[in-house]
Amino acid sequence: MKLLSTYLIGLIFGIGISISGMANPAKVLNFFDFAGTWDPSLAFVMGGGLVVTFIGYRLVLPRRGPIFGTGFQLPTSRVIDARLIGGSALFGVGWGIAGFCPGGALPALGTGRWEVLLFVAAMVVGIWLAKFLQSLGVASAAAKP
Amino acid sequence: METVFTPWQSLGGGALIGLAATLLMLSLGRIFGATGVLAGLFSVGPSEDRMWRLALLLGMISGPLAVLLLSGQMPVVQVPGSAFMLALGGLIVGVGVTYGSGCTSGHGICGMARLSPRSIVATVVFMIAMAATVFIMRHVIGV
Repeated sequence: MKLLSTYLIGLIFGIGISISGMANPAKVLNFFDFAGTWDPSLAFVMGGGLVVTFIGYRLVLPRRGPIFGTGFQLPTSRVIDARLIGGSALFGVGWGIAGFCPGGALPALGTGRWEVLLFVAAMVVGIWLAKFLQSLGVASAAAKP
Repeated sequence: METVFTPWQSLGGGALIGLAATLLMLSLGRIFGATGVLAGLFSVGPSEDRMWRLALLLGMISGPLAVLLLSGQMPVVQVPGSAFMLALGGLIVGVGVTYGSGCTSGHGICGMARLSPRSIVATVVFMIAMAATVFIMRHVIGV
């Protein structure tokens, strides 16, 4: 029941991404190309997503907890550091080069296009690489007296 | 590459994304971040944690097929970039979202809806970096 409902939530997200245009790099890139072939559609994706989530969270979060599981698992960190800013800037650069973001690319895998598979495979390598680098950093910090 | 302005589909699609984010919070108490879903699949942890992520991922991947069944048309995917750009971009995105702790869905939708200062900063930064990259690639280098 839990896994079936989770699958259906993923499906709603996947349909949303598919019809919104977020799975189409040409459309995503055009949103940011003010000086060229500008397409403002993505502002509507962001607007629709934000309004519904903003209201939805305000209805859900006052509950005692989620239906499955014990509590809401919300990020607690409030630190704005070089890691957050540098990482986000890198993400923006990669997004601008390829035109896919993770949330757009994962549903797009379902179209069976090799370009999406290549992007996702490279992204997984990038995640693995960053985690490896982070673990080195943790190890060297722990080694200090 | 020209694309057609689609305010209604984009608004409706965005609302569905928001609905999915709300439902995931209601059912599992989790933020809907594509980065977290994918990264969690490969991390060492309880298999229970991997199962829901796998179910969510399979649902996401089924999205285009559902659209094909409902509308008779596969969602349009136009890729202006070369294979090299896709691989390079993917690698950089993977590193960036791991250090930045999130992407368009986790920070841009879920975090911003919670008015999280970290997410607001992250979203502004990746939007500016994206716009600058597109400008340099298209109007300076001319890729």
